[in-house]
Amino acid sequence: MTHGLQRDQNGGLLPGAPVGLVVGGSLTQGVEVRLDGAATVEDIKAGTFLTIQGGRQRYFGVVTDIALGSSDPRMKHTPPQPGEDFLVQVLSGIVAYGAVTVMPSVTLPSVLGDEESPPPAKTIPPHFARAYTAAPRDVELVFGREDENHFWIGNPLDMETKLCLDLDKLVQRSIGIFGKSGTGKTFLTRLLLVGILQRNRASSIIFDMHSEYGWSGQDADRRRVVKGLKQLFPSQVSTFTLDEASSRRRGSPVDEVVGISYGDVEPEDLLTLRETLNLSEVAAGAGFNLERKFGPGKWLREFLARQGQDDVKELAEDVGINQQALLTLHRRLSQLTRYEFFTDQAPKDAAVQIIEHAEKGRHVALEFGRYGNDPTAYVLVSTLLCRRIHKRYIDLKEQAAGGGGREPRPLVLVIEEAHKFLSPAIASQTIFGIIARELRKYNVTLMVIDQRPAAIDSEVMSQLGTLLTCRLDNEKDVEAVLAGTPGARQLRTVLSRLESRQQALLFGDALPMPVVVRTREYGSEGSYAELGRKAGLQPDAHQGETAAQRLEREIKELF
Amino acid sequence: MLSPEIKGAVRLGEVVKSASTVCTVQCYQLEGAPPLGSFVRAGGGPATATADAVYGVVAAISAEPLEPGRPVLARGEAAVSEEEVYRSSPQLARLLTSRFEMLLIGRQAREGFQAALPPVPPRIHTFVYGCTKEEIVGCTERLGFLPLLLDAGSLASAEVVAACLRTAAEVYPDRGQFLLRAGRALAGELSGDLPALNSILRRIIL
Ligand SMILES: Nc1ncnc2c1ncn2[C@@H]1O[C@H](COP(=O)(O)OP(=O)(O)OP(=O)(O)O)[C@@H](O)[C@H]1O
Ligand SMILES: [Mg+2]
Repeated sequence: MTHGLQRDQNGGLLPGAPVGLVVGGSLTQGVEVRLDGAATVEDIKAGTFLTIQGGRQRYFGVVTDIALGSSDPRMKHTPPQPGEDFLVQVLSGIVAYGAVTVMPSVTLPSVLGDEESPPPAKTIPPHFARAYTAAPRDVELVFGREDENHFWIGNPLDMETKLCLDLDKLVQRSIGIFGKSGTGKTFLTRLLLVGILQRNRASSIIFDMHSEYGWSGQDADRRRVVKGLKQLFPSQVSTFTLDEASSRRRGSPVDEVVGISYGDVEPEDLLTLRETLNLSEVAAGAGFNLERKFGPGKWLREFLARQGQDDVKELAEDVGINQQALLTLHRRLSQLTRYEFFTDQAPKDAAVQIIEHAEKGRHVALEFGRYGNDPTAYVLVSTLLCRRIHKRYIDLKEQAAGGGGREPRPLVLVIEEAHKFLSPAIASQTIFGIIARELRKYNVTLMVIDQRPAAIDSEVMSQLGTLLTCRLDNEKDVEAVLAGTPGARQLRTVLSRLESRQQALLFGDALPMPVVVRTREYGSEGSYAELGRKAGLQPDAHQGETAAQRLEREIKELF
Repeated sequence: MLSPEIKGAVRLGEVVKSASTVCTVQCYQLEGAPPLGSFVRAGGGPATATADAVYGVVAAISAEPLEPGRPVLARGEAAVSEEEVYRSSPQLARLLTSRFEMLLIGRQAREGFQAALPPVPPRIHTFVYGCTKEEIVGCTERLGFLPLLLDAGSLASAEVVAACLRTAAEVYPDRGQFLLRAGRALAGELSGDLPALNSILRRIIL
């Protein structure tokens, strides 16, 4: 057909090309756009952006479903025969047509330059309104242009346009990053962290399970090593390690080696470990009895010092705990004694060190080295450090509220395998559950990364502000991620059709509407150059300074 | 010369029965009926269409005795050829006649062709002409005549519609493109009656 004008050299529709007319639909189900001769179903994918020109407003929406329709039900029974090309050409688009369902999410301002993000669509375009493929300008109008507050996270499907996240809104509430194994969660997380670093919006503490954020990470597919955050932002990132030998072996420069004292473990930490260690409720609660007996800070050391069954049984009698339960707890906790970072008295207090770095505006990546493969070590260390960091933040915040000091800098805590901390059974009792639920009250939020969102407590899931999810196959996981999201039914289709890597569905606070992106490339020299650059912001040397420090510097520079 | 021909438009006959949507035309010559599906004009001069001219498509051609009460008899038993039958009975040409139905598809307006029925049907004895290429283009450029043609019901058989579009296609430089355009317009009209549509489309490309 003669619609060459609307196509690029690959045959794809050009931005702004007309695709069809609105012929029906609803606000909840989306509007039905009947494709006309210029566009066929193959031109449009689930997730493609369209704009619809209504009578008074322009709408911006995403394609959530694609269907084949026919004006005559008999067509199924008497389709054109092979070789009847003329019939095929005539019938296509008229008697046999394609139709797409579009969710109009926002209305576009008629003039550029409005700082406000476009308002959500509260109605739908009328019948016969024309639909067009979205132009880069439309995408910018909706998602914002790359600037101090807008970080380029990826590209919409089939578009070169940069799609940006609103960083302020991103760090205001907790963030969830989900997807099956190998779909690109780690790469996506690294990009988000780069965004937060570049724009210096918050500090982050990364519990770097597989040692892939701090100094360097792996690109398993391309069999190459990719740079970690510290290589991109040397002056802003501190690397801590639990396993110095491993860090040295990988050539990862280390700022601090972390040791944990037995005394740092508190009875409530065992509650978090309940599932990881497969403990009964009684066993997980025994820490409190032990603490009562031996005293705070001493109970774990004393408990683990017991040798032999009889010894433990006797103790069980003593503290009033079921013998079997305490024996199990003893057996399971014994593995802690094999951790080299565990000592009677660590030379430095890791939590204090981390907080110091964070307060200086630095980002801390705690590499777990070989302990990354041990869920107990990961959960225990992350939990007890976070508990103390959180406590510190509460103090700071309360001081600030009382007029005694400045507001603590927003802090993002990054954890992998989040369901180990936030499963429904334990989420109500653990520090991460608390942080997730109390929102931003104390300027601390979570970035949770997980393959199995269904295993995370639904209340915690509902508190996530922004979700970035790569492909998920499992029904339950899909449901868990989309629970409570408007248009969940339509998004489900989109989610299950993501490519197996480097594509993600993003929705929530940081975006005016759900969107599928091909995640920005990470790992080439070109990408480093762009990512390390601070998008025209203040030079690296001054990044991370507090407002007071900056004032001081500026005064010095002036005189 | 069989018929008076002046500057392209051939005068074929006269309207002998007139109605809003269809007129019966009697041809001057027994063999003078235009082909099925061709375009004709009633009214106006041989060269120009005046404001009261109407356009139509040829359907249901017939040849019959002039007087219905005098049935035609077979005459050729002794003749060697069919030609000889006519030659030996020269009066036949006056006793027999051809007629066709002219399905109205539009009228001449000031701005040109308009796909609409005339307010009153053509007068009896209005002269009927074959259309020139320019006139055919005028009628078919916008394809608005298709609904009127299809409205003629059983007279507008699939064969007539297909023949009409094939005829029109011949006057366009890109025949295939016209047929595709026309086919799609037709599909729009008949989108709820696929068998009828398919039947026409299959005849178009015969
Ligand atoms: N933005 C990106 N740039 C370049 N490559 C990417 C990107 N996203 C994903 N990939 C490719 O996909 C592979 C898997 O990504 P990643 O390691 O982030 O997956 P994951 O979801 O964290 O997996 P796991 O669940 O096993 O931790 C990477 O090795 C890389 O080759
Ligand atoms: Mg990973």
